[in-house]
Amino acid sequence: MKVVINFGIILTGFWLINSGYFKPLLLGFGFLSVVIVIAITWRMKEKDGEFFPLIMMSLRLPGYLLWMIGQIIKSNMDVIRRIWLGSKSISPTIVTCKAGQKSDAGKVLYANSITMTPGTITMSIHDDILEVHALTRQAAKDLQLGEMDRRVTVLEDV
Amino acid sequence: MELLIDVASWICLLTGGFVGITGAIGLFRFPDIYTRLHASSITDTSCMGLIMLGLILQAGLSVLLLKLLLVMLILAYTSPTVAHILIKTARREGPEPILDNKEVES
Repeated sequence: MKVVINFGIILTGFWLINSGYFKPLLLGFGFLSVVIVIAITWRMKEKDGEFFPLIMMSLRLPGYLLWMIGQIIKSNMDVIRRIWLGSKSISPTIVTCKAGQKSDAGKVLYANSITMTPGTITMSIHDDILEVHALTRQAAKDLQLGEMDRRVTVLEDV
Repeated sequence: MELLIDVASWICLLTGGFVGITGAIGLFRFPDIYTRLHASSITDTSCMGLIMLGLILQAGLSVLLLKLLLVMLILAYTSPTVAHILIKTARREGPEPILDNKEVES
């Protein structure tokens, strides 16, 4: 039930942002579509078991996002520098690294965070082993230190 | 105040444009599909972020601001997904990646 209310709030917010009108008729249409979407999703729950796996509910998520933005800016500057220096300055590497997360959502978040950061892309996941293509040897080495892995794993606890 | 916001917004938009061009140049400069995806991920992250930040500064406090944030969120979800699909398909069907073997690591 709690999930339904959360989902309803998110959908209502989505409708209000996208419409921007507050006339009773349009609000009524909005309410109707929110109810229909929740009903359809409720039926899907019986099929695949997961109701709303899109967002990890964690209090530490904002802190992680801030750290992530800093990380993205740092690696962006590095990749931009290497583009202007030319293909002599890159050293493409494929490395494997271990994902310490237990849930599927945690693993997805970790793999997507790796892909989001320029310079590293997740190629495949087998159980908890990630195969990562890195633009430079340095980026691969930084990843294998495992700071990002630790930060994502902590998100699962709260 | 108005002028200050305009200047900041223009700086963001121009830097974003420069970063986007850099990503496009990297797309041509790098040797194979795997490294080229790294170049295009620049346009997905910092170019998108800077241009959106510039537009948010122009929008001010309004519904438009929330819409722009929504666009940012959707792009942040979709662009890593697409990059992952591309590289996975390339790994399975495409050419072998060019790797750097100049120095052997211990």
